Amino acid sequence: MTHWIVAPVVLPAMLAAFILLVVRFHLNLSRVFSVAGVMALLVIGAALAWQASDGTVSMYQLGNWAAPFGIVLVADRLSTMMVLLTAVLALLVLLYAIGSGWDRRGQHFHALYQFQLMGIMGAFLTGDLFNLFVFFEVLLIASYGLMIHAGGNDRLRAGTQYVLYNLLGSTLFLFALGAIYAETGTLNMADLANRVEMIAPENSTGIRVAAVLLLLVFAIKAAIAPLHFWLPSSYAEAPAPVAALFGIMTKVGAYAIIRIYTMVFPPDLETTGGLYGMWLLPLALAGLVIGMIGVLGAKRLDRLVAFSVIGSMGMLTTAVALFTPAGISAALYYVIHSTLATAALFLIVDLVRTGRGQAGLALRAAQPIAGGPMIAALFFVAAIAMTGLPPLSGFVGKLLILDAAFGTPLVWVTWAAILGSSLIAVVGFSRAGSVMFWKSHQQRDTFSDDTLSGDQLGVAEPQGPKARIPVLELVSVGGLITLLVLHTVLAGPVTRYMDATTQQLFSPGQYIRAVMDVPGKDLSTDAYHADDAKEDSGPIGDRLGEPVTEEEN
Amino acid sequence: MEFLFASGVGVLTAAGLYLVLRLRTFPVIIGASLLTYAVNLFLFASGRLTIGAPPVLMDGVTRYSDPLPQALVLTAIVISFGMTAVVVVIALGAYLGADDDHVNDPQESDSEDRA
Repeated sequence: MTHWIVAPVVLPAMLAAFILLVVRFHLNLSRVFSVAGVMALLVIGAALAWQASDGTVSMYQLGNWAAPFGIVLVADRLSTMMVLLTAVLALLVLLYAIGSGWDRRGQHFHALYQFQLMGIMGAFLTGDLFNLFVFFEVLLIASYGLMIHAGGNDRLRAGTQYVLYNLLGSTLFLFALGAIYAETGTLNMADLANRVEMIAPENSTGIRVAAVLLLLVFAIKAAIAPLHFWLPSSYAEAPAPVAALFGIMTKVGAYAIIRIYTMVFPPDLETTGGLYGMWLLPLALAGLVIGMIGVLGAKRLDRLVAFSVIGSMGMLTTAVALFTPAGISAALYYVIHSTLATAALFLIVDLVRTGRGQAGLALRAAQPIAGGPMIAALFFVAAIAMTGLPPLSGFVGKLLILDAAFGTPLVWVTWAAILGSSLIAVVGFSRAGSVMFWKSHQQRDTFSDDTLSGDQLGVAEPQGPKARIPVLELVSVGGLITLLVLHTVLAGPVTRYMDATTQQLFSPGQYIRAVMDVPGKDLSTDAYHADDAKEDSGPIGDRLGEPVTEEEN
Repeated sequence: MEFLFASGVGVLTAAGLYLVLRLRTFPVIIGASLLTYAVNLFLFASGRLTIGAPPVLMDGVTRYSDPLPQALVLTAIVISFGMTAVVVVIALGAYLGADDDHVNDPQESDSEDRA
């Protein structure tokens, strides 16, 4: 048993505590440790992904207790891929946070950032449903801190909404877990997969309720149609690097749906059959359309990007809801694309915000910003990726999803929604980009001084408030864009890898055997514990046995 | 006993939901707390309701209470307590900052934002 699987969880946890306790007054040291930690995570993530890439499923028993009694972490293709993606995203976003000085504007950014990473990594690796809940809470409580980082009234209000919404989501999660435990007597995913299969369809009321509750919880995290209302304000008000990192948090919901609903409640299971085709697909399409209409209707650039996240999660869920190998494979390709594109857009929006100063992010022409052509180019590249125009990876992902939807009964509705919403998104993004970047230049050329309103007075100094060249920020955004391009160029190998991943997901036998067949610690041969058991059993048995007999007497 | 317990969970949940829908921070936080109480009781019941059974698995006892839900409830209590504390602090910050304790967004003035 290799201990490296637990490293992505333990390393950020230790580092966060270290940063918090030892170097919290030294910004530069915090930065150094934070970046070093994320780089180590990247190496570990790459090593785990490489280990899992040949199809082995490795498992780590925490405290060496055997499943299903102990908690297990499992590294298969899907989870290591998500861990690697998180590490890559975390590094680039952290560079941006340092370069733009966001980490300086409030307390404890780096410690919270590491705790956030710990929660995300744990959620991807765990093989236990209750442990998934705990890691959700870890990532949420860190995200509450990050969300209101640097303060401000609007941010605090959005933060309150975000915390309350997620508090209710956590309650729902616990209800689902209670129902699942009451029905099956286990919360280990592999064990659950075995036991849910054994439930007869006529006794399946409880487990069906539990399956739907659980889907609702993950739908809240993934911002699927009627449960997406928390997202626009939270993402728009959150500090830009945090919003970029939150891009992976919606994917945690999508990951959980893919994981649980391929293994525990597979689509061919009689008790929960029909759940996805009938409910999830229409909701996903609704989310797609709502998100993209939101893109067209948004009055501020940050809300526009937030709505595009809802749209892209809708697209992702559409692919998941098909629940065919082709659909899941397309969804996995789209997960990577959507995470990178979302992060890039949020960071670019922050560059625009910094450049525009007083004018803010409202969609109207203002003074041209310093480095405008560069930022405009980055914005349009990211927008092309997000809306799924050729040649970038969004197009490839959309093509894969359209292809996967081809044989399904709802093909016309699906195609119409995907293509129609893409058109709306293209219009929305081009309108926003034209107003923000091009119209500003027009105004500078045509407006004479006496027609200037208060907002546009800044036109007199075209240099804008920003004099230095944002090197680290551009490196970060450029890195994300480069990854998007690579994701497009290497679409062939990536798709093959996703196909292999999907194959592993759809034959969960290997996962279940890897978790269930490994024995844990053997207490009977352990001298210390064997003695314990002998000594304790007598007195405790007497002590605890008594009330029972009294009751019965 | 089952009926009483289930009604208790149901009433707590209903009251919690009603308060959450009030959309002012104080009732909403109280409502969320009631919901967490309800879910803690529900988790307890997921191990089946028993009276006077020994709490841990041991030799020679055939009837024992399930230890796992108790561990789950303990975790859930700790987490929900922490979460409630966080939301109280953030809501207090929002209230003191904006002098308004509504949870939902204020009405925006449209004319200002239009391009």
